[in-house]
Amino acid sequence: MIDQLINLWPELNKSFMETLIMVGIGLGVAVIAGLPLGLLLFVTDRDLFLENKWIKGAVGIFVNLVRSIPFIILLVFLFPFTNFLLGTTTGPIAASVALSAAAIPFYARIVESSARDIDKGVIEAAIACGASPWLIIKDIIFPEIKPGLISGLTITAISLIGYSAMAGAIGGGGIGDLAIRYGYYRYDNFVMFTTVIVLIVLVQVVQYAGDFLAKTVKKS
Amino acid sequence: MISIQELSKIYTSKKKQVIGVDKVSLDIQEGEIYGIVGYSGAGKSTLLRCMNILERPTSGKVYIDDIDLLSLSKKDLRKARQSIGMIFQGFHLAMGKTVLENVAFALKAAGKPKQERNDRARRLLELVGLSDKADQYPAQLSGGQKQRVSIARALANDPKVLLCDEATSALDPNTTQSILKLLKKINRELGLTIVLITHEMEVVKEICDRCAVMEEGKVVEQGAAYEIFASPQNALTKRFIRTVIDFHVPEELLKKSRGTIVQMKFTGGQAGDTVVSDLLQNYKIKGNILHGNVDYIQEKALGTFVMELTGDPQEVGRAVESLKTILDEVEVLNHDRSADQPVARAE
Repeated sequence: MIDQLINLWPELNKSFMETLIMVGIGLGVAVIAGLPLGLLLFVTDRDLFLENKWIKGAVGIFVNLVRSIPFIILLVFLFPFTNFLLGTTTGPIAASVALSAAAIPFYARIVESSARDIDKGVIEAAIACGASPWLIIKDIIFPEIKPGLISGLTITAISLIGYSAMAGAIGGGGIGDLAIRYGYYRYDNFVMFTTVIVLIVLVQVVQYAGDFLAKTVKKS
Repeated sequence: MISIQELSKIYTSKKKQVIGVDKVSLDIQEGEIYGIVGYSGAGKSTLLRCMNILERPTSGKVYIDDIDLLSLSKKDLRKARQSIGMIFQGFHLAMGKTVLENVAFALKAAGKPKQERNDRARRLLELVGLSDKADQYPAQLSGGQKQRVSIARALANDPKVLLCDEATSALDPNTTQSILKLLKKINRELGLTIVLITHEMEVVKEICDRCAVMEEGKVVEQGAAYEIFASPQNALTKRFIRTVIDFHVPEELLKKSRGTIVQMKFTGGQAGDTVVSDLLQNYKIKGNILHGNVDYIQEKALGTFVMELTGDPQEVGRAVESLKTILDEVEVLNHDRSADQPVARAE
């Protein structure tokens, strides 16, 4: 069994790194694009300081649209776009295009819902102070939802780990790809179990780290 | 200082219109503490929130310091809001910020540099008596302390006006007293105009110079606080006054009494005891005090006595007449029944 593990090690290592790259890029894009989008959904909502039903409606529809496409279909659907962007549709970088596309609306909704939990009175008090919308977002909303943003990022990361297996199955690489190639096509149960164990450990570590971080930033 | 003209706020939903504030006009003078009283749903909170355009009135005008708030651009309105402080029933402090940061935020909103923000925030915390709590988080403070922090935040940019939205309603009586004292102090020391809304008449009695009573979006009565307490005109106002000054004489006592029960109100400088002793000396009647109470509204006394007068019915009648010439308000609660009820009742 040790021999099997030693044989598998280089491949496992490479797959693990690929998964990390895919999930890492997806998370990065989720923060860069999903966070502002989520805040936009929140502040343009009814009775909020940038209320705008047109922006709210348009962004809402876009987010729902992407979220209603099953991930495996989104992957294939985005192949032409990925090809246009990178000149290839295989490999972890190519897979992260679709992962990012799924992560943006997913995280945006999480950001929006954690922003909804803010005491509206605090925002109102800031408005009464004469604060500008940007200052309210930056100095009131953002710090108040920081723990929620981190927990949301943990949830997104774990979902992306799951999605990355599907991306792997159609040429993205990563641990999911390894499991399907060896475990499914070659009936190699050892590889199958190993990958599952690696995924379990990965998810546990991500969850633990996320919880810890969320707790650290939570002041009061 | 604050002038509100024909202000209305109507909420329109798909099916119906709800009138929040109905053509209210008010003038609030510089440096006074003005109370707006009413039950919940009377529209007082909406009216207050129209004073800094947290809610935009449907029609009417709002002037603060001769500036027409409704004509301002968004940017100018933000600027104007910096000189209108506001505190709330629920304090509304940012939980993730320290006490100092919460106060400094208001200064940041006004674009003050960092060093100045911290210095001024510390001085403000000193003013409200919380210098030692600067680095704590709001969750570590009591309700009264939280309200002090929000007062410091509201005062950050040297406002001319402070709006208080049920600022003491979530606090216990002791804490309410201390917050009211603080408001009175800043009113005196900083010459701040304070508008407060409340459902507690006690608050008006304690600190308001003038007040208005609201019902169903309308102001039903307004005037100097003392006048409102001494001679309320509107039925609702009377009901409110009764929550703090209760002249209620038990029904049982009225029935049992064989004399005439009169309720006398002493306003301003009238001294109750001399009037009563003169009365008993000048007429051949006996007096029995059933209830006596002196309230101080804005440090002016408002006394109420309820007395049972017994003796010759005609003499009692003359005594009551003479009382009516001396006092503004004399009310006969029952009449001498000894004349028409010859059978003495068992005591």
